Amino acid sequence: MTYDLLVNGKKYVVDVDGDIPLLWVLRDTIGLTGTKFGCGIAMCGACTVQVDGVPVRSCVVPVAEAAAKPITTIEAIGETAEGARVQKAWLDIDVVQCGYCQSGQIMSATAFLAANPSPTDEDIDAVMAGNICRCGTYPRIRAAIKLAAAGR
Amino acid sequence: MAVHDKLTLPVSRRHFLIGASLTGAGLVIGLQPSPSSAAAEAFEPNAFIRIPADGKVVFVMPSVEMGQGIYTSVAMLLAEELEVSLDQVELEHAPADPTRYANPLLGDQITGGSIAIRAVYEPMRKAGAAARIMLVNAAARGWGVGPETCSAEAGHVVHAASGRRAAYGSLIQAAAAEAVPQEMPLKPASSFKLIGHSVRRLDSPEKVNGTAKFGIDARPEGVSYAAIAICPHFGGKLRAVEDGPARAVKGVKQVVRIEDAVAVVADNTGAARKGLAALAIEWEPGPNGTLSLLDLEKRAEEAIGGNALTHINEGDVAKAATEHGPALEFVYRLPILTHSAMEPMNCTLHVRSDGCDVWVGTQVMGRAREAVADVTGLPLEKVVVHNHLLGGGFGRRLDVDGIILAAKIANQVDGPVKVTWSREEDIRHDCYRYLNYSKVTATLGADGMPVSWRHRVIGPAVMARWLPAFTRDGIDLDIMAGAETPYAIPNKYTDFVRHEAPEGMLTGNWRGVGATRNLPAIEGGIDELAHAAGVDPLEYRRRLLQHKPRLLAALDLAAEKAGWATALPAGKGRGIALSEDFGSFAAMISEVSVGEDGSLKTERIICAVDCGQVINPDTVEAQIQSGIIYGLSAALYGRITVQNGAVVEGNFDDSPVLRINETPKIEVHIVPSSEAPGGIGEVGTPGVAPSLLNAIFVATGKRLRSLPIDHNELRRA
Ligand code: FES
Ligand code: FES
Repeated sequence: MTYDLLVNGKKYVVDVDGDIPLLWVLRDTIGLTGTKFGCGIAMCGACTVQVDGVPVRSCVVPVAEAAAKPITTIEAIGETAEGARVQKAWLDIDVVQCGYCQSGQIMSATAFLAANPSPTDEDIDAVMAGNICRCGTYPRIRAAIKLAAAGR
Repeated sequence: MAVHDKLTLPVSRRHFLIGASLTGAGLVIGLQPSPSSAAAEAFEPNAFIRIPADGKVVFVMPSVEMGQGIYTSVAMLLAEELEVSLDQVELEHAPADPTRYANPLLGDQITGGSIAIRAVYEPMRKAGAAARIMLVNAAARGWGVGPETCSAEAGHVVHAASGRRAAYGSLIQAAAAEAVPQEMPLKPASSFKLIGHSVRRLDSPEKVNGTAKFGIDARPEGVSYAAIAICPHFGGKLRAVEDGPARAVKGVKQVVRIEDAVAVVADNTGAARKGLAALAIEWEPGPNGTLSLLDLEKRAEEAIGGNALTHINEGDVAKAATEHGPALEFVYRLPILTHSAMEPMNCTLHVRSDGCDVWVGTQVMGRAREAVADVTGLPLEKVVVHNHLLGGGFGRRLDVDGIILAAKIANQVDGPVKVTWSREEDIRHDCYRYLNYSKVTATLGADGMPVSWRHRVIGPAVMARWLPAFTRDGIDLDIMAGAETPYAIPNKYTDFVRHEAPEGMLTGNWRGVGATRNLPAIEGGIDELAHAAGVDPLEYRRRLLQHKPRLLAALDLAAEKAGWATALPAGKGRGIALSEDFGSFAAMISEVSVGEDGSLKTERIICAVDCGQVINPDTVEAQIQSGIIYGLSAALYGRITVQNGAVVEGNFDDSPVLRINETPKIEVHIVPSSEAPGGIGEVGTPGVAPSLLNAIFVATGKRLRSLPIDHNELRRA
């Protein structure tokens, strides 16, 4: 069956089973490879995108559930004020290492800052604990989120 | 800054590059010019630099980027001597071509062992200097002035006396006709503009906006997507598979069987995974089908008393042991570990009768190409490897098992196919850091200082298959790394018992390699001796390190920053671990608190490091943070168990890794140094576990000698 997807303001018609996770439709069918695969069971956060402004783990969201709702991925998050601020803070602190987890980190951080504009360390830890980074960029993620929050 | 794949360039450029590559055969590092560059669209003085008439200077990266910041560091070295600023350059992955891009110290196109900077520090600067000299000479000749009256800055040659300036791009034809300089004097450190200064990583922008391309992101025209199930039992095989239901899944195109795996090929990875789940697979468990972790641990235990090969024999340990005593003896036991890089294993191939393209992120470019040639039967020169950014390496991508597997599958598929492993396959078919046991026997003199030290290392000889040059008379020199200890002990004896994993269970290199295996026993051991002698562990180490000024300076700096002299309340403790490896010297101090219930909190970790001449201080800090977190993750959680000859754990739920909320405060202090640069990517990892074990002893009086840390053993109530 076909589904209408609204990704980063653009409409795509995809012909896949409705239970196929959104992640693979974004990456393989549409070709937006900025969203990453890390675990497939909502344990690592690498696949985080926003659906209707809410951060979700796209590896466990069936495409049927995301159909017709606005979806934002890392490729377009910089077009939001919050996203641009987070990306800039990421550059200023030079957070990234291998970079593989960073799309997900930035998507989580952006949604989080929109909801909590001046987070404490504990707030950051609680929310960002859902995103794994094997390169250990955690100290810099904390610093960058605080910088982004301060720069509002 | 986008990192380009050379083969996406226009065809004319591609031919040009292939022509240039022919001149490089046999040279250790390609500092030779391309004879054809005079007529070309760019000046290519050597394999690492290409200067076009307009636009950015291209630097070709001989090492691969897996997070360690090497692209930025190598670009800094080239730019420093070429006299261009970093915003005037763009980076390109080197193709698989060991004749031009081999690591001079490893003799192959390998990125690993924290050896890149040590290997290329001079050659890259010389490559930059050679190009600059040719450009300056060309400009000076054109102006009719002496080259010594000209200088270079920010991509221009300048003749100050006449005020003339020429952009490098305008000089490329003339520069290509200049002789390659035989002498390439390098800048003194006092005139460095880039080296030693923190600069932003060149790969950051594309990594924060989703455009960075990792191997898993390759999407060649017409690609299909495969999910795989590999026989879970080590050494087992595929017996039978019922694929009817899988074929019925929408989007599934094909089911591929190979000896020990099944792959489902579909028009997206989601459909392939759905098809894979629908397969009914029967495995032949093979010779290890009943093995459990207990069996493996028992075998390792027995190996402690097995045949040992002498590694170091200094003084006379037997005599010293009888004259002094009693002997202190302890065994440290390390578990099986995975790498669990964030990017699961994957490889995309297009096998055709006339050649093959491979899209992958690998630490071993040359070997990747050879492996594919081998599987496909194609001549080596028909295999083209397109390297990508690596979503973490940590040693996992030093092996080509995943590339071989993907090639076997791609052999049976029409058109390009991307094979992506699930996290479960990634954890269950790693090249594991295998069980590693260490037995230390030491005796103390009347003053409490050690007079004899014996260290027996029990573990696999990874180097025997991976880099035989790094073995000696059957001894894996990597697994013995650091076993001799940095300490002044008059009688030392170290030996090695080779103890391999069961057939079919791959073992490999893991971040920090030999040092991570040996440091728990050495730094835990020396700590045990200090406590037995009733001497403060800092003071004890200092007495034994008077001949090691760099390590001592790092230790003193860490102790000062940690506030070693200030007392801690009950239930808290600090522990030290020192390491001397990869050409760098590190002192780590961990501070922990342990609750009555055994709950452990790592309060902070301080690391002082002397890695010689620093290229990018910000990268040093980042890599030490990274190495510490990787080591902490393993010390707290790293442990693979085996049942029925198969790994039990499968994902981040039952094989947890460190998360941000468990990350302590980490402080990195750099000891200023003008010595030759040392490696940094692995320096942070080895000291974590022993410094924690030592801190836990102070906090609880309990001496843990196995990893990961078992909270139950820390319970006091
Ligand atoms: S891939 Fe979705 S949370 Fe890990
Ligand atoms: S930057 Fe490598 S996993 Fe986070």
